[in-house]
Amino acid sequence: MFGYEFYVDPSRCIGCRSCMQACEECETHRGKSMINFDFIERRESISSAAYVCWHCDEPTCAQVCPADAIKKGEDGIVQSSLKPRCIACNNCVLACPFGIPKMMEAEQQMMKCDMCYDRTSVGKKPMCATVCPSQALAYVRPEEIASRREKPTNIFYFGNQKITTKVYMMTPSEREGIALDVMDYMWEERHELVATRE
Amino acid sequence: MAKAPVSEEILKEKFGPHLNYVPHGGWKDESSHPAEKLVKTHCCFCGQQCGIQLKVRENRVIGFEPWEEFPFNRGMLCPKGVKRYLQGNHPDRLLSPLMRSEKGFRPAGWDEALSFTAGRMREIQETHGKDAIAIFGGASLSTEKSYLMGKFARVALGTRHIDYNGRLCMVSAGTAYKLAFGIDRSTIPWSEIPKAEVLFVIGANIGDCAPITTDYVWRCRDNGGKLIVADPRMTPITRNADLYLPLRPGTDLALLMGMLHVILRDGLEDREFIEQYTTGFEAVAESAKQWDLRKVAEMTGVPPEAIEKAARWIGKSKRVIMMHARGLEHQSKGVENCLAVINIALVTGNIGREGAGPTMITGQGNGQGGREHGQKCDQLPGQRSLTDPAAREYVAGVWGIPPEELPQPGYTAQEIMEAIHRGEIKGLLSTCFNPLVSLPDANFTREALSKLEFFGVIDFFLSETAHHADVVLAGSLHEEEDGLGCSAEGRVIHWQKSVDPPGDARCDSDIIIELAHRLGRGQYFPFKNPADILEELRIASRGGIADYYGITYERVDAEMGIFWPCPTLDHPGTPRLFVDRKFYTHDEKAHFNVTEWRPSGDPVSDDYPLFLTTGRVVSQYLSGTQTRRIGALVDQNPEPRAEIHPRLAEQHGINDGDWITLTTRRDDLTIRAMVVKTIRPDTVFMPYHWAGTRSANRLTHRTLDPRSKIPEFKVSACRIVRANGPDPSEDDRAAHHNDASRGDS
Repeated sequence: MFGYEFYVDPSRCIGCRSCMQACEECETHRGKSMINFDFIERRESISSAAYVCWHCDEPTCAQVCPADAIKKGEDGIVQSSLKPRCIACNNCVLACPFGIPKMMEAEQQMMKCDMCYDRTSVGKKPMCATVCPSQALAYVRPEEIASRREKPTNIFYFGNQKITTKVYMMTPSEREGIALDVMDYMWEERHELVATRE
Repeated sequence: MAKAPVSEEILKEKFGPHLNYVPHGGWKDESSHPAEKLVKTHCCFCGQQCGIQLKVRENRVIGFEPWEEFPFNRGMLCPKGVKRYLQGNHPDRLLSPLMRSEKGFRPAGWDEALSFTAGRMREIQETHGKDAIAIFGGASLSTEKSYLMGKFARVALGTRHIDYNGRLCMVSAGTAYKLAFGIDRSTIPWSEIPKAEVLFVIGANIGDCAPITTDYVWRCRDNGGKLIVADPRMTPITRNADLYLPLRPGTDLALLMGMLHVILRDGLEDREFIEQYTTGFEAVAESAKQWDLRKVAEMTGVPPEAIEKAARWIGKSKRVIMMHARGLEHQSKGVENCLAVINIALVTGNIGREGAGPTMITGQGNGQGGREHGQKCDQLPGQRSLTDPAAREYVAGVWGIPPEELPQPGYTAQEIMEAIHRGEIKGLLSTCFNPLVSLPDANFTREALSKLEFFGVIDFFLSETAHHADVVLAGSLHEEEDGLGCSAEGRVIHWQKSVDPPGDARCDSDIIIELAHRLGRGQYFPFKNPADILEELRIASRGGIADYYGITYERVDAEMGIFWPCPTLDHPGTPRLFVDRKFYTHDEKAHFNVTEWRPSGDPVSDDYPLFLTTGRVVSQYLSGTQTRRIGALVDQNPEPRAEIHPRLAEQHGINDGDWITLTTRRDDLTIRAMVVKTIRPDTVFMPYHWAGTRSANRLTHRTLDPRSKIPEFKVSACRIVRANGPDPSEDDRAAHHNDASRGDS
């Protein structure tokens, strides 16, 4: 849908798994959920997180695919593997820094979130973001997301790999990028600080 | 005799709960056989009453599509809403009436089943008097059906005893709001929530039990609002609380009185509002003096500084919304607790104004509409009182009977069960209620059911309670009959009929009307369809507090719901109450009410040193009659788990996933532990959706609030011990779960 973007905000997630139940109802893959969901550490806290594919500008999954089965469209959506090409080698599953691709053993095919291509292409919102009761998954216009406490970013650092994505992560407003590894915050003579802003 | 005719195992084998995972025709069927139509209706489960579109093909519901235009939820749904459609085409669905037989239940024709039902009720009334028959209704019934149940009891049967399962839900709040404001409804529409500066949530697990409300809470925070959460558990919304008050179960009143104490001590009250618009302030102010912070902190286990901070945030703001639900209300002082919330709202003038007001979060689907038009034991349509002579005369006139023929108020739900147990009530007709799972002290309930001389049930699945029935009349699902509902906001909505009842099942209202005819009172029930019932309901409610006279299906559809009161066809409805600072009381003022502290009816002791509190999980609903039959929802929470804190777990050598036995003064049961730091170490939580050996209500007690008659589900005394496992004979559905059933059919 023109003018709409996908935003993920784990701090809003209530762990209800409505997104998973609804994803499983999508017609192109009915019966299978493409959502990634975790309780972060249930013993310690109630915190949970649901997320979709981030649809990288330069998708690692496609880069490592030996069969050239993973395509990104002009709209920025990274699709599930092409069935005739996919050799179910799991390279993409292992390489994706976000842990998104799912190997469907029965089909011998990698499948993943395609941001409800069937829905967005006909003017509907993705299913998960439509139903999400806490709007931890939201498909809205940028001006709408601007009224939130948290601010969007689409820059992620994994070690020396910097990834920019189509989908945005909501972060505390003082942050611009997301770095996950302590290494990202360390000063080393040989490297510039990768987590420093551009 | 109303004992189960054969063993539970045989009944479960035949009637379930079995797990339905896939839509009719299998997952892929819709690709080749798309839906013929989308029906705009609502979810059948909780009081949020989310808008949803059901996909229908060949008179079957085959899936759903979000309904983004409906303003309350804008397409949002919780997992129960997403999977609600799977209760249609369910293998456990009752397709014809059933009569008890030696082998369990046998299918029967309608004539036989209805004649038997009417005949037995008449025999019992002739022998033992009219009040020997009681009626149970439920808050999942449409407003028309709820109205019909009340009229059926009073006009067709002439019994005093009709009550409903909302007695386990909204009555403490309802009683308190009637005392203070003269009206039983949320004071605000949910669109006010994001406008609050302070949101105080007490005893309300919004994330799990009212999931869509979460978005409103988060938007309030986006706007700079502060969120205060008071709960013995860190529920999902606590993750973003600005202030968390981890109070001890059953001490809500002390916490609220402590907060009121601080507000008055610091001079934060709104004198002008109090003087102009309220009565009774002085006595309440006097009663708050004794609640100094030290005492309150000791009773509640909440630090004095935190209580002080909460009180000051509230006292200094003119836009405070105070939300409460069953945590506050399911106590033997549930009414007092709600009154204490109201007192704080009144003392700070936080009512009738934008972004301000106390509000209850109604829990059941039609928990609001089902409590407005006569399904309660003391009530006539329009939230009128059955003891008010003018109300009796008006409604009797609408019904065409002399006012003196109207019975006086009867027993509440739990009191009806007690009267059955002691032999005073001999017969029961129950619809939309599963008391064996949902009433407290389940062993007592089972004993009572076994004493019934006649037990008739109207339902679409054979609930655990219905195992004890003499006759089961196959009724209708939410999507099988037109009707109105009313959501937690007070918004009257339209449940569109999507499909016909399958097989020989009938619409609930047709069954009730036919029974009225067979009882010789058919002339008072000339209804052909729900629209006819609504026409009479509009008139019966006219001039009452819950005035529906201006509400029609056409208006509800066109306006996306109407907030009652709506007295005329051109009245816009009343989203926010008390905008003009006029209340529905005799003097049009809001009334302060002095609250009185009482200990719990099941106090902790050396033998039972822990608090047991019960509640819901997000994937299940109430007694589970519907949701325990939907595979994906069962997989999300396959069994009840006892939440305990690691500190408590260590004392007993319990690890996460270990079996533990919970024992109260009633009974014991063995379930797995869930060791989490999100609950007080002196408290055990167990969800109540399951039946039989895993039924939390085997452990709870029958103490009632003296005014609302709500049971004290949220506070029992218990002890725990590590166990080796449940009794081998125990039913463990999770262990029998067959994964093969997940594939395409």
